[in-house]
Amino acid sequence: MTQTSTSTATPIATDAFVLHDEDRAAIAHERDHYPHPQAASIEALKIVQRRHGWVPDAAIDAIARELGVSPASVEGVATFYSLIFRQPVGRHVILLCDSSSCFLTDYEALRDAFFEHLGIGFGQTTPDGRFTLLPVCCLGACDRGPALMIGDDTHGPVAPEEIPTLLEAYA
Amino acid sequence: MSRILQDRDERRPETHPLTFRLNDDGTPVMLEAYREQQGYASVERAFRDLTSKTLIEELKTANLRGRGGGGFSAGLKWSLTMQGEGIPRGYIVCNADEMEPGTFKDRLLLEQQPHLLIEGMILAGFANNAYQGYIFMRGEYVDAARTVQRALDEARAAGWLGRDVAGSGWDFDIALHTGAGRYICGEETALINSLEGKRANPRAKPPFPGQSGAWGKPTVVNNVETLCNVPSIVLHGADWYQGLSQGKSGDGGTKLYGVSGKVKRPGLWELPMGTPATELMERAGGMREGHTLKTWLPGGGSTGFLLPEHLELALDFDTIGNAGSRLGTGLIAVVADDQSVVSLTRNLEEFFARESCGWCTPCRDGLPWSVKLLQALEAGEGERGDIDLLESLAVDLGPGRTFCAHAPGAAMPLASAIHYFREEFERGVTRGQGVAHADPIPVGSV
Ligand SMILES: Cc1cc2nc3c(=O)[nH]c(=O)nc-3n(C[C@H](O)[C@H](O)[C@H](O)COP(=O)(O)O)c2cc1C
Ligand code: SF4
Repeated sequence: MTQTSTSTATPIATDAFVLHDEDRAAIAHERDHYPHPQAASIEALKIVQRRHGWVPDAAIDAIARELGVSPASVEGVATFYSLIFRQPVGRHVILLCDSSSCFLTDYEALRDAFFEHLGIGFGQTTPDGRFTLLPVCCLGACDRGPALMIGDDTHGPVAPEEIPTLLEAYA
Repeated sequence: MSRILQDRDERRPETHPLTFRLNDDGTPVMLEAYREQQGYASVERAFRDLTSKTLIEELKTANLRGRGGGGFSAGLKWSLTMQGEGIPRGYIVCNADEMEPGTFKDRLLLEQQPHLLIEGMILAGFANNAYQGYIFMRGEYVDAARTVQRALDEARAAGWLGRDVAGSGWDFDIALHTGAGRYICGEETALINSLEGKRANPRAKPPFPGQSGAWGKPTVVNNVETLCNVPSIVLHGADWYQGLSQGKSGDGGTKLYGVSGKVKRPGLWELPMGTPATELMERAGGMREGHTLKTWLPGGGSTGFLLPEHLELALDFDTIGNAGSRLGTGLIAVVADDQSVVSLTRNLEEFFARESCGWCTPCRDGLPWSVKLLQALEAGEGERGDIDLLESLAVDLGPGRTFCAHAPGAAMPLASAIHYFREEFERGVTRGQGVAHADPIPVGSV
């Protein structure tokens, strides 16, 4: 879908997305690990997301072109996996483990304290764009429940009253 | 970071093959330290003394059973993998997706002893005539991914991976693949689809991955802990491995056991296969002050509840299976007397409902329905007939009615919770029978 100067049609947003050179190189590197380029779809989405914070529709087409697979296939993958974000998220994504071992170590009180402290619920972003709050499957940190991740960092056990101090490190 | 709660003096090479090398401070054991402690010696032995056939025979005799939760014999699985003339060389896939609620053992091995896994995968590659390995790791294990990648680079630089592995004339390499969420990726055929860059829907079996797996080639999928057991079996032999379980179990070897929930010292220990949960509870320091044990899950959210009287049982696949549950991953989660089984079951079924891939009707529709019923019972707004309905849902979710074991896994805690704690559920029934919850097309949860 390349845009031509003579076209009378309004350019659609999907034409605008350009992959960063570093990201193209990173995607090419991942692609080499597999017998078929489609296998790099998830990595490619993660690479784009690392730079932009989320994956806009236009990036789907760009990735599809880069890998030589159909946009529908990349879109199907992008919508299936919970850690691929299809709308803008905050600067820091908080993943709160809601599975059984954290449930048994008072996850629900921690969740409610987060709702109250941030003034948002699951799937929402604070108005200042700082935090997005999401539930996540068992983090494999059950010996430290209730556990959570902020960005790449895992924390636990976290008590409700520790939330303000914990969040200070994430501007 | 996960921690092993056993001191270095207790963890000896002869008795603790999975953890004897671990540093007390939890820092990873990288190549140099690993090599000094028998690292990669099993690969040297295999190249010198073994063939694919004899290695697999040794594994079968050792009776190493799959540590991903199913307990399938690793040796048997490998012996069924297609190989030979005219059959393309395939793949070894390590299942490092660890998302089973209550399970935190593979994280330890990935974060602190990546070379043991690589060594196990090289042996798997050799035995199954594979040319490429993949470590499929859940996306949230960021530190583990960094450590494993560093170890792969070290191993390749030292000649343990790549062309002509350790001068054997045989090629084998391993790549790290990180996921992007969704529990169902841990199901082995869904994992293969995910590896191929597709949505993680399971595949119908047969064909089994060993016949036609990733990109249509023979593929062996094994759990992290399973693969980490292989080097010591190859190095010390099946008899030694059998002896590790000290007659406590017919299953060989040791197991990474763990405890979570309201105990004083939640954690992980490497112990002989078949160690009873009483010993785990002792090591965990017992319940926290003011709590007593009501019930426990022996090995993850997809295993059935057991009672305090079952703590004495050997934690192995057959014994726990005969008690009506499953060993699963062998990391127990304890429930205290003041915690509601109805609420916990609701939490578990919410998890399974959210994580269903949506392919089969009983799973896609039945699980949200069970959540609705459980929420009503939890709120004290249940109707007469709700408990029977839950029981019949548990049957419909059971084995043989769906493409994968996700739904039967969800049925286990549900059925056993009602079986052992029916009166807790009955307390939530306050209304006569109506139609409010009997909606056959329920609204999906979260
Ligand atoms: C819904 C579901 C999730 C699973 N998740 C995992 C997992 O995270 N890790 C794992 O090793 N096995 C998991 N399994 C089991 C795998 O399908 C497979 O049996 C296992 O990886 C085989 O390895 P093993 O024989 O070494 O245990 C899961 C199974 C199901 C049905
Ligand atoms: S049982 Fe559930 S998770 Fe498994 S294939 Fe069917 S719908 Fe998907």
